[in-house]
Amino acid sequence: MFAYIVRRILATIPVMAVVAIFVFALLYLSPGDPAAIIAGDTATVEDILRIRAKLGLDRPVYIQFGTWVWGLLQGDLGISIFTNLPVAKLIQQRLEPTVALTVATLIVSVMAAVPMGVLAAWKAGSWIDRVAMVFAVLGFSVPVFVLAYLLIYVFAIWADVLPVQGYVSITSGLWPFLSHIILPSAALGMVYAALIARITRTSMLDVLAQDYIRTAQAKGLANEQVLIGHALKNAAVPIVTIIGIGVALLISGVVVTETVFAIPGLGRLTVDAILRRDYPIIQGIILIFSGAAVIFNN
Amino acid sequence: MMPVIAAAPRLGAVLLALGLALTPADGRAQAAAKTLRFIPQADLRSIDPIWTTAYVTRNFGYLVFDTLFALDKDFQPQPQMVNSWTVSDDKLTYKFILRDGLKWHDGQPVRAADCVASIERWAKRDQFGQKLIEAIASMTDTDDKNFTIALKTPFPLLLNALGKLSSNVPFMMPERLANTDAFLQIPEAIGSGPFKFVKEEWVPGSKAVFVKNPDYVPRKEPPSLAAGGKVAKVDRVEWLYIPDVATAAAALNAGEADWYEQPPADILPVFAANRDVAVTTVDPLGNMGVLRFNHTLPPFDNPKMREAVLNLVDQKDYMRAVAGDERYWKTCAAIIICGGTPFESNAGADVLLKGPNPARAKQLIQEACYKGERIVLLSATDQPIVHGQALVTRERLSAAGLNIDLQANDWGTLITRRASKEPIDKGGWNLFHTWTSAPDMLSPALNIPLRGNGSQAWFGWPKDPKLEELIDAWFKASDPAMQKKLADDIQTEAYKEVPYVPTGQFVVPTAYRKNLNGIIIAPVVFLWNVEKK
Repeated sequence: MFAYIVRRILATIPVMAVVAIFVFALLYLSPGDPAAIIAGDTATVEDILRIRAKLGLDRPVYIQFGTWVWGLLQGDLGISIFTNLPVAKLIQQRLEPTVALTVATLIVSVMAAVPMGVLAAWKAGSWIDRVAMVFAVLGFSVPVFVLAYLLIYVFAIWADVLPVQGYVSITSGLWPFLSHIILPSAALGMVYAALIARITRTSMLDVLAQDYIRTAQAKGLANEQVLIGHALKNAAVPIVTIIGIGVALLISGVVVTETVFAIPGLGRLTVDAILRRDYPIIQGIILIFSGAAVIFNN
Repeated sequence: MMPVIAAAPRLGAVLLALGLALTPADGRAQAAAKTLRFIPQADLRSIDPIWTTAYVTRNFGYLVFDTLFALDKDFQPQPQMVNSWTVSDDKLTYKFILRDGLKWHDGQPVRAADCVASIERWAKRDQFGQKLIEAIASMTDTDDKNFTIALKTPFPLLLNALGKLSSNVPFMMPERLANTDAFLQIPEAIGSGPFKFVKEEWVPGSKAVFVKNPDYVPRKEPPSLAAGGKVAKVDRVEWLYIPDVATAAAALNAGEADWYEQPPADILPVFAANRDVAVTTVDPLGNMGVLRFNHTLPPFDNPKMREAVLNLVDQKDYMRAVAGDERYWKTCAAIIICGGTPFESNAGADVLLKGPNPARAKQLIQEACYKGERIVLLSATDQPIVHGQALVTRERLSAAGLNIDLQANDWGTLITRRASKEPIDKGGWNLFHTWTSAPDMLSPALNIPLRGNGSQAWFGWPKDPKLEELIDAWFKASDPAMQKKLADDIQTEAYKEVPYVPTGQFVVPTAYRKNLNGIIIAPVVFLWNVEKK
C-alpha cells in the first residue's frame, strides 16, 4: 500500500512539470508588461525598460524559466514583482479564507442538498418534489454574484444581522468568523447544492425502485430507516462522486464570491495577479492549484 | 441523518453560546471610534512612492513620509520639514535648516544626509526632479541639520520642486533606504510622517493598516492643502480595498467603512437615502481627459490631421460619457487645468472653445491627403474613463470618414502596447485615451503630455522644438508675470501643434459618513486632520 502511494505521488511529478512549462509559456506569450504597470501612467519608455532590466524580465526566456525552476526545486516560489513579498507568504495569507469558504460551502451545500434530494425522491411527483427541483433550477440559473447581492441586501442592509463584507479568522472568535462566512458560503453553495440535490434525487429514485427496498418496507421498517439505512447508503456512490467533482465548480465560483464579499482569498489573489501581470504569483498559484487537483484526483 | 437533523437546533444554540463566549470582550466599540476605515481608489501594491507613480502609493506616501516643502491651497510652497532657509543674492546657493525633533519611525533622528540622498533618488525618476538636478552643481549636508544646494544656473522653481504635490512626490527617507536603486523598490516603508505603516498587518489586495506616530511633531500652522500642521486625529487607519463597487457602497451604508474615496458616478444614488452618508467633492480640480496621438506614425505625424481631430472634439460628449451628471464635469480648454489655478488660460484655444467644426475638419483631412488608412485606437474595457472616451472618439472620427479600428483590451495591455513604436501592422497604435489628475497638470513643469522632446517625450513622442524652448524659458523665469505670459505662449503653441487634445475636466465625488470631520479640500486625499465623532 505504501509503495502504491509513493508511486502515485511520484507520478504527479511529470504532470506538474508539464503544468509548469505550460504556465510559463502562456505567461510569456500573453500581452502585457508588469514593468509598464509598475512605472505608471506618466513614465517614459526608458523608465519601463530600466525596470524590466532590474526585474530580470529582459533575460532570455530559457534563463528566466531555469531560474524559476531552480527556485522551485528549493521550495522558493519567488517574490511578487509588485509587493516585493514572498509568493509563499502571500499564498499562506490567503489560504485560510479560501479553505474556510470552501469547507463552509461544502458543509452548507451538502447538509441542505442531500436531505432535499432524499425528500424529493421519497415524495416524487408531489409538490415537495417540485419545490425541490425549482430550487435546483434556480441554483443553476442564478449567477453567484446576483445571489450574493440579494443576500447582502436582505441580511446585511435591510435586516442588519450579518456583515456586508470581509473575513475574520476563527482565531478571533467563533461568531465573528461564522457571521462573515454565512452569506458567502450560502451564495457560493447554491449552485453546488442544486447539483447535489438533483443527483441525490436521481440516485435515490433508482434505488427506491429496487426489490430490496420493497422487502424492507414489507418487513415493516420505518420510513426513516428505509430511506437512510438502506436507500441512501446504496445511493451514496454517485452522490459522493459528484461532491468530489463539484469541488472544481467551487474553485471557479470562489473567485466571484471573494470579490463580491471582499474576502482576501486565493481566488482574488489570482485574478489581481493576472490583471497586473505579477508573474511569480500567477505561476505559484497555478502550480499549487494543479498540484492540489492532481493529488485530490489521485 | 434524520436524528442529526432533528438535533440541529439544539446544536446551533450550543455553538452560538460558545461563539459568544469565545468572542473577545467589547473594547472593540472604543477601538472602532478611533479607527478610520477608508476604502481607497485602488489596491496598495507597492510601498515605494518613488519606484511607482501609482496614485494609491502616492497617497500611502503622504501618510508615512514627509516632505521638505509642501504646496498650500494657493499652490505656493511652504516649509514642512524645513525650519528655515536662505537664498544667496545671486540665487545660486540655498541653505536649509531642518526642524527640531524630526524622527524616523525606527526612532533614528532625521539627518540632512537623509534628505540629500532622498532628493537624489527622487530626481532619478521624476522629470521635474531631473530638470532640477540639471541645474544643481552640488548638494551637501554640512551637519545633521543643515544642507546646501549649490546651483549652476538659477532655478526659480526649486522650492516648488521640493514641494511637488503629486507623483513622484519628493518624500524624504532614511539614507539607507534612499540609497536603494531608484528602479528597485525600497524593502520597507520607514518615514517620518504622521502615521506608521504596520507591515505585519498588510494583506495586499485587501487591507493596509497605519497607526498614529506618537513621535511626530506637527507644524503649528493650520492645515492648508499639503502644507501646515499634519495632526493625526485618529489612532489607527485601515485601508479596506473592496473591489466590488456595490459591496463597497453597501459597506459604507452599513457603517462598516467610514469613507469611500472614489465611488463611480452610477453608484452615487445608493447613498441618497442614507442620512448618515454625505456625498461631496473634496477635490475641486479633479481630472482632465486626454486624447493622445502617436506623432511618429501616419496619419497623425501630420499636424493637419491632429488639427482635424481637434475640430471634431466636443468636450460635452466626452464628459457625459465619463462623468454623466453635469454637476461633476465641465468643459475646459486650459492645457494647465481650470479652476483658479495660477496658469489657467484660454490662449490659443479658439478651436476647442468654439465647438466642433466638421466642415473645417473635412477640409483639413483632405489637405492632409488622408486616403482611408487604418487608424488604431487603443482602449481598456476595465477602465471606464478610458473606454467611455474611446467610444466617443470612435463615433466622432468615424462619422468624419476616418477609418477607426478600436482595439479594446485591458489596461495592462494598453499601457504595454502604447510603449511600442512599431508600425500598425506590427502592433503599433495611433490613438489612446487616458486621464490625468489636476496636480499633474498645474504648470508646464508638471504637465508631462505637453512636452515635445521627441523620443524622450511621453508615449506619442511629439517633437516640437519651439514648445521645448518655451518650456525651458518658463523654468528659468523668476517673475510670476513672465511665467504667466510664457504659459500662455506654451498653450498657444500646444494648440497649434496639438500634442494631445484635452477632452474635458471632471471630478470624482467622495462619500463618507457624517461623523467624520476635518476632511481637507485638496486634489490629493490627506488623512491627517480627519476625526471621528
